[in-house]
Amino acid sequence: MTVLVIAEHDNASLKGATLNTVTAASRLGGDIAVLVVGSAAGAVVEAAAKLAGVSKVLVADSAAFGDQSAENVAAQILAVVGASGASISHVLAPATTYGKNVLPRVAALLDVAQISEIVGIESADTFVRPIYAGNALATVKSADPVKVITVRTTAFEAAGDGGAATVEHVTPVADCGLSKLLGRELTKSARPELGAAKIIVSGGRGMGSGENYQAILAPLADKLGAALGASRAAVDAGYVPNDYQVGQTGKIVAPQLYLAVGISGAIQHLAGMKDSKVIVAINKDPEAPIFQVADYGLVADLFEAVPQLTAAV
Amino acid sequence: MKILVPVKRVVDYNVKVRVKSDGTGVDIANVKMSMNPFDEIAVEEAVRLKEAGVATEVVAVSCGVGACQETLRTAMAIGADRGILVETDAELQPLAVAKLLKAVCDKEQPQVVICGKQAIDDDANQTGQMLSALMGWPQATFASKVAVSAGKATVTREIDGGLETLEIALPAVVTTDLRLNEPRYATLPNIMKAKKKPLETIKPADLGVDVTPRLTTLKVVEPPKRSAGVMVADVAQLVDKLKNEAKVL
Repeated sequence: MTVLVIAEHDNASLKGATLNTVTAASRLGGDIAVLVVGSAAGAVVEAAAKLAGVSKVLVADSAAFGDQSAENVAAQILAVVGASGASISHVLAPATTYGKNVLPRVAALLDVAQISEIVGIESADTFVRPIYAGNALATVKSADPVKVITVRTTAFEAAGDGGAATVEHVTPVADCGLSKLLGRELTKSARPELGAAKIIVSGGRGMGSGENYQAILAPLADKLGAALGASRAAVDAGYVPNDYQVGQTGKIVAPQLYLAVGISGAIQHLAGMKDSKVIVAINKDPEAPIFQVADYGLVADLFEAVPQLTAAV
Repeated sequence: MKILVPVKRVVDYNVKVRVKSDGTGVDIANVKMSMNPFDEIAVEEAVRLKEAGVATEVVAVSCGVGACQETLRTAMAIGADRGILVETDAELQPLAVAKLLKAVCDKEQPQVVICGKQAIDDDANQTGQMLSALMGWPQATFASKVAVSAGKATVTREIDGGLETLEIALPAVVTTDLRLNEPRYATLPNIMKAKKKPLETIKPADLGVDVTPRLTTLKVVEPPKRSAGVMVADVAQLVDKLKNEAKVL
């Protein structure tokens, strides 16, 4: 029995979300193989081969995989599963925009269900996943021969180094030619990524404007080495770019410390951050629902409290 | 050019659902039901493409119980031209819905299918991608901008860390993210007009699709509650607690 983990990467480096996915794979029993579908992704292969618990790294290298279109990556995964002669029992990918884009295609073409965003593993065929914005946890059992699963990365630790996997090249599938990447605009920031940050400073509608958001929150985030996040209200109001959004339909985060500033705490926002280890809420409204999930609440004017906090830490 | 828009009837996003005490699911009896918000964005986008003269017809499709007719009427009040209900009382999982939609696409031959990226009940985020794969079509998920012209679509997608723009050949599946557009409110005259638009009802068996669920739900529980925190008086006390009690600074 082999668990196949799909590596998320940008051809230059292995994304951290893959490490959490490997840990989830290790709870299933069986060998772990990591599949790297990319173009000249040698550094990614090297990093994957060092992960503890990984016994094999499969590499599908083709210029057509440079953009990692969902169509091509899914076709490659299917080819690998097909060639394994039914020895692959599970296919896992992180529940990031990358994994969510690719894996349902694989499930559909294997004619199996996908189990989305698992947060727990009961056995090799039974998993726990959140539904209704995390207001309920469902335990589901799959009757399919291959389990296709996306993993909520915040629910599993990152796998460490210490492995020495063998590297095996597989024949790349032909380019589907259905889709062409015209460009990527990635938010450039010296701060940590939201998904990987130990501390997140997040702002809501209470910030009042994009200028205030930057002037008040950025210095605090810089001092703490924190990532910046936002509620849907702040994103909708145009204070920050869309990829700052934490919540049911944005990013799901679980840092050591989550500082919610001027965020009221709609259930859709809470769904994205309530697994954080420590939550601090600063809001001038003592009735704000965010205080019901906060470990430490401070009823104060954020324009006074946050600069004080920045000076004090 | 025809656009197909699948719409799902879900518990309204303002309702905080309760887990049933017997652990079999969430209690959705007597709660407000609405169109899945991402599907509303999908209908709006399709109707805008029609208004811009790019599309000629917008067909809304829903799979589920008879009451999904209301969801289809909502789609038609926004501006869809007609509705198709694939009616069944059976539990439908994303793979089954994707197969039903494939059968509808085979019949209707749309050039573009616009789906919501996920439904806010099961939060699965699968159906659009599955449909695209079953059709052998390209996909552009999590769209924040869509332009359609001459056999292709240019779609800006929201990805972790930023945006990406794809050019895909039609026919194709697009799934909507939150900020693709702001759906209009249906006006009373349009709600009245929608009642007269054609609505066809078919059964999964008519489409030759087996909708048997692949996943069995063993139990549904409430997530662990966070224990109540404390209120601090000022910033100094907050910093002290974070350093010495929580030890996160």
